[in-house]
This record gives sequence, C-alpha cells and structure tokens, in this order.
Amino acid sequence: MSIKADTVKHVANLARLTISEEEVETYADQLSQILGLMDQLNSLPTDGVTPMSHAVEISMPAREDTVTNGDMQEILLACAPDSEQGHFRVPKIIE
Amino acid sequence: MFSDPTRLSLSQTADQLKKRQLSSEKLVLAFLERIETINPEINAYITLDRIGAIRGAQEADKRLDAKQGGPLTGIPLAIKDLFCTQGVRTTCASKILNNFTPPYESTVTTRLKAAGAVMLGKTNMDEFAMGSSNETSFFGSVKNPWDKSRIPGGSSGGSAAAVAANLCTAALGTDTGGSIRQPAALTGITGLKPTYGRVSRFGMIAFASSLDQAGPMTQSAEDAALLLQTMAGHDPKDATSINAPVPDYVAELNTGLKGRKVGIPAEYFSEGLSQSVREALETAKKQFEALGAELVPLSLPTTKQAIPTYYILAPAEASSNLARYDGVRFGYRCDNPQDLRDLFFRTRAEGFGSEVKRRIMLGTYVLSSGYYDAYYRKAQKVRRLIANDFKAAFEKVDLLLAPTTPDTAFKLGEKTDDPVQMYLSDIFTINVNLAGLPALSIPCGFDNANLPIGLQLIGRPLDESGILSAAHAYQQATDWHTRNPAL
Repeated sequence: MSIKADTVKHVANLARLTISEEEVETYADQLSQILGLMDQLNSLPTDGVTPMSHAVEISMPAREDTVTNGDMQEILLACAPDSEQGHFRVPKIIE
Repeated sequence: MFSDPTRLSLSQTADQLKKRQLSSEKLVLAFLERIETINPEINAYITLDRIGAIRGAQEADKRLDAKQGGPLTGIPLAIKDLFCTQGVRTTCASKILNNFTPPYESTVTTRLKAAGAVMLGKTNMDEFAMGSSNETSFFGSVKNPWDKSRIPGGSSGGSAAAVAANLCTAALGTDTGGSIRQPAALTGITGLKPTYGRVSRFGMIAFASSLDQAGPMTQSAEDAALLLQTMAGHDPKDATSINAPVPDYVAELNTGLKGRKVGIPAEYFSEGLSQSVREALETAKKQFEALGAELVPLSLPTTKQAIPTYYILAPAEASSNLARYDGVRFGYRCDNPQDLRDLFFRTRAEGFGSEVKRRIMLGTYVLSSGYYDAYYRKAQKVRRLIANDFKAAFEKVDLLLAPTTPDTAFKLGEKTDDPVQMYLSDIFTINVNLAGLPALSIPCGFDNANLPIGLQLIGRPLDESGILSAAHAYQQATDWHTRNPAL
C-alpha cells in the first residue's frame, strides 16, 4: 500500500495538523512502509470473527445523575491559555 | 544490612521504617541528594517535588511513630509523568502539556498517597507514552544506567532508570504495548503490567484506552506485590475498572512453582531472538524446572500478527484521545493565531513531537472513510484471534514463560530514523496488551556487554498472584534482581 501526497494532506487536515511540503514526503514514505506491515493481516482469514474492542467484557455502569463535584470554574479556567469573564477565549470565529 | 538506604528494596525499607531504624525524612533527603548527583547524567526525572516530598516524609514519620503506618508509609516513589498529580506539573513529556498543572489527582496516586507513600517527582518517558526507547521525550532521552550510550527502553524509561539507578525506592509506570515490561527488562528491574481493568485508569493521561494499564516498577516481585496491593481495586471513576475482590498478593507470594505448568510458546523462541537472550532464557527454563515447574511446549500461532494489529488499534485510539489538545482549555497554544483553524492546526503542529504526529496521522488514516473496514475492523477481528490463542493456551498451562525483548538495550539513535524497526522490537510484549492479560518482566541474566536480560511471565486474567509468586520463587533462588549498575 503506497500513500500519495494528496492522501497525506487530506489526513493531516482531518487530524488538524499543519504540515510542510517536506513532511508530506516523509509521511507518505513512512506511512507507506508502516501500512505495508499492516497488509500482512490480509493473509489471516477472519470471516465470522466478532471484532474485539475491549479486553474485558464490560457493561456501562450508570451512576446517580447528581453533581459530585462543582464550583470549579476558576480552577479549570486557570488551566486555560486565555480566558475572560468566566469563558475560554479563542480568536474571532464570525466576521 | 546496607549503610546506604537508597539501595534498600521496598520491603527492606518498610521494615526499617516500621522499626524506626530509619526515618522517611532522612531517606527522602538521601534520595534527593543522590538525584542531584546522578540524575543529570541519567535524565530520569522531569520534575522534582522536593518540598512536597519532605513534607510527605515528615507526615509519614509521625504516622510511623504513632504505629499507624502501613507497608507503604514513608516509601519514596517516582511517578511516571503521565499520572495527573494535583498541583504538581504533569507533562506526559510533551511540549503541548509543558505548562500543565492538573487540578485533580489520579486514583492510583491518590491511593498510594493515602497509604503514606511519598512522591519524589515525576519521571521522564516517551512523549504520550509513544515509543520504545524514551527518545521521543520533549525533555530529552533517558540514559540506561547500565550503559549511558544506550536507551533504557520505553515508554516508562524514566521510572525504570530511576529504580535501576537507586533514585527512588520504587516507581509507577504504565504499559500500553510493553511500556513497563520492556524498560524493566532493559534496565534489570522487575516490572508488572496488571490485567486490563485491575488498576484504575482515572487521572492517567490516555494513549490507547483499551490497552493502557498502570503497574509497579520495583527491585523485586515482592516489592511489586506490595505496591499492587494498594494500587489494585475497583474505581467507580473508571468504567472499565474490574469489580472483583483484590487478593492478598503478599500472602500469596510463597505459593512456589512446585507442580505448576509453565507454557513455553514456540513463537517467542524463534528467529529474531539474540543469542545472549536465548541462552539466558534456556538457563532460566532449567531453573524453573529445578524449582518444580513442569515446562509445556505450546504454540501461539497469531504472535506475529500482533504488531500490525497493535499499530492499527493503538494509533487509532490515540488519534481520537489526542483530539482534545486544541489549545483552548489547557496546555500549549501557538502564538498569535489568526483564526480558530490556525489556532488548532498550529497549536497541534508545534505542540506534538514527530512520533506522536506520526501516530495521529496513522490513526486518523485507518479510521478514515474508506479504510475503516480494511484496517481498523480487520485489526479488531485479529485481536480476537490473538486473545483466543492465549485462552486456549491457558486451558493447558497455568502461566507462560517467554523473553521480554528480542535483544538487550540498543544504542541511542540506532532506530530513531526507522519507525518500522522500532515497532518490530515490541514483538514479545504487545500481544499481552491486546489480550488484556497480566504479565511481568524480571531480570534473568546479562549479556557480554553487561546489559540486563529480561524474562517475561504471562498469567491468566486477574492471576497477578500466579505470576508474582512464580517470579518470587525464581528470585529466591537467583540474585540477578539484586545487581546494581556502577554509577
């Protein structure tokens, strides 16, 4: 499986990563190599096998819908790169 | 008895602390002094919490004076910089979290602190735990205490090096594809990855959520049992944590090897295994037999498929988990973003290192429209086959014995330009994560260059006791785990 430059750019866009033209080439090359390794799996028949998404069978336990913490606005905003009047601040979205 | 308390094992330290032959404060100060001297060459720690450690030690001493301490009270620990620690910077060895101080504490460190353990600091690691050599850290590589021109393994390389170089009594690591066991093997210490779900993941910075698990990194199996005792148990804050009773790991340590069936998977002893590792393992197998174990040759046919399976599933989960780093709510933000799109794209491009970006790209690709079934779905199916292989093996045997790594520690820089070669070195550890099983690595010899060799024991789900007691029996009969590097 060989990955083309266009695909790399498309994937970088999906992943929200700026990449340089130089990186496009490197990724195309490295991802192709890695995917070559992955194509080994095609030799293994898996018809009828149930996909496994977790190591243990888990049910999703639900807790009471009550507040167990709270009043953390200041503490959480203190982690933010930019905040104002109780909100996270980002560049203008709509002109 | 050692005159230098930094050399003591956890169980020896606990004993001396309890008898008040040693104070936790004195011990912590001895470690801080040793770290000052030795850490600059090893780079095991990212952040030290000197004041917090001394204060914690003083409190522990009070508890111990009042005879209210437990086996972990006053024990100085190194914590992988992936566990959120309230008020202490937590970076995951990434530029994107360089300035992040968590507003909350992970369940594991909460439990350890409640038991009186003292945190010396946060250890270096591969960025976001993605790596097998500790070379992807934003804070620079960790050096192997046995040979500083070599890697300590990864991703918990800082914790492994800290234990091996006696820069802490014991440490915490995390293991997604071998990140506890592989560095433990390459630095000559004991490292245990518990069953998936045995230890809470709450407050651990996520890499691949269906594979990540925290575990102890120590001088011996006995020390690992002591730490696991406090770490393990159900946590309502982690929906994947298993609600099953926690056995008395320490009491069950002395079960011995007599009559136990130890499987030897042929695929782990095939080509690719270095001569020195093979020889050390052959000797260890004979010692297991001499201790009363019955060796049973068997096969795990899907072993080789684990690498492609893992390197589809883990990056897929990572690409999704790492979507949260957007420069809005916490962590790094790029300078002067032009608009929101620029903010996201540049923050992530500047904040993540190259291996993390490679895995995000890979994960995004295998999950993208048109490729999902060919890669992600296929890998999930193969994951089931891998787990089934182990299930079948455990119908015949009680535990499995295998090498932890194909070779001893490689040179810094040797594999950094070749991701595929780096990924292939995980061949003996990632299978266990895919199946969710408990496994540990213990030292079983040295190669000609005096580099440690690791032996891996793999157990049935929730049978940490089974592998810890086997390791303990081996360590009672051998002294590999007591060797220290010359520093």
